[in-house]
Amino acid sequence: MDALTDISTWVAPSRKPSALQLLFDNKTFLVVICLLPAMGLLLVFLTYPLGLGIWLSFTDTKLGQPGEWVGLDNFAYLLEDRVFINAVWNTIFYTAAATVFKFALGLWLALLLNENVPFKSLLRAFILLPWITPTVLSAIAFWWIYDPQFSIISYVFKDVLHWTNSNFDFLGTPWHARWSLIVANVWRGIPFVAISLLAGLQTISPSLYEAAMLDGAGSWQRFRRVTVPLLMPILAVVLTFSVLFTFADFQLVYAITRGGPINSTHLMATLAFQRAIPGAALGEGAAIAVAMIPFLILATLFSYFAIGQRKWQQGGSDE
Amino acid sequence: MSEITLKSVEDNLVEADSGEVMAWDSKIRRAFTVYLPLAVFVFVLLFPFYWMTITAFKSNGELLDYQHNNPFWIHSPTLDNIRELLFNTEYPRWLVITMSVSIGATVISLFSSVLAAYAIQRLRFRGSKWVGLAIYLAYLVPPTILFIPLAQVVYNFGLFDSPWALVLTYPTFLVPFCTWLLIGYFKSIPYELEECALIDGASRLQILRRITLPLAVPGLISAGIFAFTLSWNEFIYALAFISSSENKTVPVAILTELVQGDAYHWGALMAGALLGSLPVAIFYSFFVDYYVSSMTGAVKE
Repeated sequence: MDALTDISTWVAPSRKPSALQLLFDNKTFLVVICLLPAMGLLLVFLTYPLGLGIWLSFTDTKLGQPGEWVGLDNFAYLLEDRVFINAVWNTIFYTAAATVFKFALGLWLALLLNENVPFKSLLRAFILLPWITPTVLSAIAFWWIYDPQFSIISYVFKDVLHWTNSNFDFLGTPWHARWSLIVANVWRGIPFVAISLLAGLQTISPSLYEAAMLDGAGSWQRFRRVTVPLLMPILAVVLTFSVLFTFADFQLVYAITRGGPINSTHLMATLAFQRAIPGAALGEGAAIAVAMIPFLILATLFSYFAIGQRKWQQGGSDE
Repeated sequence: MSEITLKSVEDNLVEADSGEVMAWDSKIRRAFTVYLPLAVFVFVLLFPFYWMTITAFKSNGELLDYQHNNPFWIHSPTLDNIRELLFNTEYPRWLVITMSVSIGATVISLFSSVLAAYAIQRLRFRGSKWVGLAIYLAYLVPPTILFIPLAQVVYNFGLFDSPWALVLTYPTFLVPFCTWLLIGYFKSIPYELEECALIDGASRLQILRRITLPLAVPGLISAGIFAFTLSWNEFIYALAFISSSENKTVPVAILTELVQGDAYHWGALMAGALLGSLPVAIFYSFFVDYYVSSMTGAVKE
């Protein structure tokens, strides 16, 4: 650093930097200034609320009136609450089922796109559409598609194909509603998985497949022994994000069923919202939200380690 | 997406380079293993949009009558639903609010992310790795566990029911994402360029403005459009922090203002959903490549 300033003063000896300029060339000052906006925003609107949320979950705060410390009462109450227990199981089921289908179908779509198909970039642009449109708005479209009387799917199966005599009841019974929501979630999630995995597939060198073919590997073996291991690192990251955001999903369920019929499709997030904002019980809602944190950490660690380790074992480069 | 053109192009390709029997065999095989599934995927992924669009242009009578009309087509297209939406509801105002909130949040996030990414990647102070990790972890915190305490923070700041609440809270998920993306971009710019400028007597801020930023323009565009679409699509904060009708954003307003009672006006609802998706879709169509590269880039980092 000293050498550099020496040179600069030697080149232009007459120009004296002002005090302000000197201040901005001080590295510590510059680092602080540069980090200030981002760190300030995140501390005030992310770290502090995260702490506040944990504190709220131990109080009986109501919307608009301060609460008192009640210890673990909220959690004890929730453990007795059938609706909450049901929401926990439902969230786990929703996340697991949606993730499995999203990844199976997404990987399939990525493999299809990785074949030499014409109009590839156009196809890719269209395929991403479900992911970029506002979730709530596509959820409303699904709501209309799932309409008990005027569902287009019922119409096709009843009046065109004559396979059934009555309309499907997509949202009327708990299990139908759960699967309908999962289908909508998978529909929305496939593009992200497919396009991310496609990017991963494109980095795999074709010479590896040629070498495998020369060694007599069939197409399944090539997929299993070349594609999958080399895709693992990117798969791990996409899986982490997908699991995290599916687990914390709110919009789809809120828009399509609002937790009904009879609270059977509530996710932890929608239940937290219902108790905290319309129900005004901020403390209880915060407790439900806090109860999500261990699951989120677990899911992150699991997908990170379970898959992050395997890429290393199978000879993929670490980093 | 006409399947016929796809196939005919493929036909020419295959016939050009292999024998007749082989070509026939692999053509059929390829049609069943690649084009058919691909066509089904595209159909399923795009059908809700098609359905949304034709519903928006149907009259209320036609909408609910499957016996006399083919529901897959519009017999007497009408703009009534859109007129109803634009002139009998506050839809234009919701659009303006959503637009200004998205632009405001994007500008704030880009500004703070550029500075933060520059500090982390280029100034290389002690602990910069940890700051980077902290920002990455911040991205993993979903808004659904934050909105309850945030509602109280917003309330204490006196911002409840004001669009400013959204402009200030959206950066919580935009800043981590943009910073992470920009760190990747800054990494790809050779450090030697900055060293040259330092030797020539440029100050750090001059380097950022004259050298690093112009070279990182693609990264800035990616981060910008991503931030814009994410803010446009945001739902839970807008639902929790805004209560009066005239300050709502489009996604929230459609769900809470247009859905009344048990008789849903599907035509107007679909028109609202369509118009609400259109700005992001148009925006996206101009920058598809940036969008894809930022999405995959962020995942690969």
